Amino acid sequence: MALQVLHSTAQWRKNALSMTENSKASSRPTVADSTLSAAIEVDRLVKLYKQTRAVDGISFTLPRGSITGLLGGNGAGKTTTIAMIMGLVLPTSGRVQVLGHRMPEESAAVLGRMNFESPYVDMPMRLTVRQNLTIFGKLYAVKNLADRIAKLAEDLDLNDFIDRANGKLSAGQKTRVALAKALINEPELLLLDEPTASLDPDTADWVRAHLERYRKDNNATILLASHNMLEVERLCDRVIIMKRGRVEDDDTPDAIMARYNRTTLEEVFLDVARGRTNGAREDAAR
Amino acid sequence: MSELSLHRGISVQRIGAMILRYWYLLMSSWPRLLELLYWPALQIITWGFLQLYIAQNANFFARAGGTLIGAVILWDILFRGQLGFSISFLEEMWARNLGNLMMSPLKPIEFLLSLMAMSLIRLAIGVIPMTLLAIAFFHFNVYSLGLPLIAFFCNLIFTSWSVGIFVSGLVLRNGLGAESIVWTLMFAIMPLACIYYPVSVLPGWLQYVAWSLPPTYVFEGMRALLIEQTFRTDLMLDALAINAVLLAASFWAFLALLRSARKHGSLLAGGE
Repeated sequence: MALQVLHSTAQWRKNALSMTENSKASSRPTVADSTLSAAIEVDRLVKLYKQTRAVDGISFTLPRGSITGLLGGNGAGKTTTIAMIMGLVLPTSGRVQVLGHRMPEESAAVLGRMNFESPYVDMPMRLTVRQNLTIFGKLYAVKNLADRIAKLAEDLDLNDFIDRANGKLSAGQKTRVALAKALINEPELLLLDEPTASLDPDTADWVRAHLERYRKDNNATILLASHNMLEVERLCDRVIIMKRGRVEDDDTPDAIMARYNRTTLEEVFLDVARGRTNGAREDAAR
Repeated sequence: MSELSLHRGISVQRIGAMILRYWYLLMSSWPRLLELLYWPALQIITWGFLQLYIAQNANFFARAGGTLIGAVILWDILFRGQLGFSISFLEEMWARNLGNLMMSPLKPIEFLLSLMAMSLIRLAIGVIPMTLLAIAFFHFNVYSLGLPLIAFFCNLIFTSWSVGIFVSGLVLRNGLGAESIVWTLMFAIMPLACIYYPVSVLPGWLQYVAWSLPPTYVFEGMRALLIEQTFRTDLMLDALAINAVLLAASFWAFLALLRSARKHGSLLAGGE
């Protein structure tokens, strides 16, 4: 088992390296100084809210073209971590670098190259889908905006309700619109916080398939916070598990499951959440 | 939104996109559009008839024709200018859209410039019909003030933007729990700005406070123009100087409050 873990870890590192090299070879226009850098570098990041340590000294590096799942229970620090990566929350200490630029100091250099989707924000309800996408397209200086909106509408199946007010859409339709907004600028880096929360299984599966396709076609980097373990198993080539603001584990889904001697990430999640980490690891070692 | 790039690389396209967003919003709701016309119209009719009544019974007001109606119109420029700015900002809070904007390449200065443009558009929708009503019902033509009207307007709109920027920063930092400040702060200025009476009416010590507010200079200037037919350039220049300080201070306060909101995680919370 230990050998299997070592093999998986080595395989993940190999994949990560290969993804970084793919990214280097990519023909996408990037800023010259940031081409060689990772998509996200988080170094000893801390966030204190009064006496609460929401994030407690975490570090990780995401290579370009990778898709990583950020797991953890409620209050584990996932959303705060993503918010610090986006520059919405200032770290108490530590450093975040995105696409080769320090956040939030150099955010102007990268905000146009990234995008996000989160349940904590909405698209304006009284505007139609087309109006919303037009405005965000202009904010992101998207060239040939009408063509881009038409392409997104086709890809994400928005045409039936593209001229309807956002407030009159179903939850599934709203999620697809939010995803269209997140993809309007063809971001190199996509941050997703619970992208399939409150979706029926069919729509959720459809969204996952689209994300997989987008990553493959664009060599994009995706960081995904989710409570849906099946989603993470299916999409992610790496998983970071957080608990009480710290990184509890960080590896490929297979390696993590092997380490905990479990067959699903859901079981691993329960082990971590219920403090059975050491026991499970000891079981795995035996 | 990058706080550090306040001045560099201002994008007209991004400002245009935000104005387009607010325009779509305005046009999507006829009750909100009607509301822009309703209150100014109600104001001018009520105060206009009061002016007529007083003028019939008091010699001074008969001579000082239009001071009350003029004051109502200028006060509405000040008040509606700030509301026009702040309501567009609140629309982002109500829609929980601020996170989308903060994560986009939109800069704070572009956001504020688009809110200023919207305050002018909303003001035009509300105040132009109001001035036409004043002409039709009370034979008071505010446009006959000529060039001084431009000086009055600029000084009032600059003050309204300063207040709008500052209260928007407060709401950004403290969430919608601070929304009531948007609706009430300007009324705190009202008694001190001496809209309907001269500064000399105030006790000596309060006059110092009154003269620290740019609108006081405008209303004094308006009375000088209507009663004595004198345009007080000195008052307008003093008001402009104070406005320059207020605008700079409000920009600084907005950025400080935005930074504080990032520090305390208020941008994620959004609500109360």
